Amino acid sequence: MMKIVNHMRLAFDALPENESFARVAVSAFTVPMSPTMDVLSDIRTAVSEAVTNAIVHAYGESGGTILLTAALREDAVLQLEIADQGCGIADVEQAMQPFFTTQPEKERSGMGFAVMQSFMDSVEVSSAPGKGTAVRMEKRIRPMGN
Amino acid sequence: MLSHVRKGDVLLVRLTGELDQCSASGIRRDLDALLDDPRVRHLVLDLAGMPFMDSSGLGVILGRYRELRQRGGTVSLMRLSPQVKRIYDLSGMARIIPVIEKKEDE
Repeated sequence: MMKIVNHMRLAFDALPENESFARVAVSAFTVPMSPTMDVLSDIRTAVSEAVTNAIVHAYGESGGTILLTAALREDAVLQLEIADQGCGIADVEQAMQPFFTTQPEKERSGMGFAVMQSFMDSVEVSSAPGKGTAVRMEKRIRPMGN
Repeated sequence: MLSHVRKGDVLLVRLTGELDQCSASGIRRDLDALLDDPRVRHLVLDLAGMPFMDSSGLGVILGRYRELRQRGGTVSLMRLSPQVKRIYDLSGMARIIPVIEKKEDE
């Protein structure tokens, strides 16, 4: 196991105005590891997608709390978890298909998970109906050996 | 935030700020108000002032494309930031909504 050199936990309301807050918080947390602008931008985008999913799909109108945890490993890898206690996903594999959306009438692109998978090094989703969803992602901040 | 100029049937809209799910509804509403003008058939979105977009923004662009297609029009984009270009390339939407490479004043 790689040593964790820094760690944070944030709990915030599932409100659209907190999407930007989550992006900025994770960016600021990552900056001491000297990421490139491209890496930072990838992380910000993936965070935005995961938080949006929690707000729009997990909680919808009911609202709730999003728990964001982030850890920086000594090998310069960012570990992220964005978790909710919302409705959960019945078929995770289907939800992760590009362009799949349960809300086409609301102009959802269905690209959220595809963006996370493309912009991060790994994405793992744990979910069950009624039991919430946790999205765990990793991104290397600097190449190995630097 | 947006500003716009219309020349004939072409509406050029400059978008500024970040486009995520939070800002999407306001931008969608403002764009639709401009597209209510029946003279407009072609929409050009200038994204030079928009450093960040997530997939909610892709949904907004796709929605306006569907509207304009119904009246025989088009949507195109210009001046994408590196982050916006990255997510736009991933979406594959450039096949139906092209990115204009020329500069604004050409």
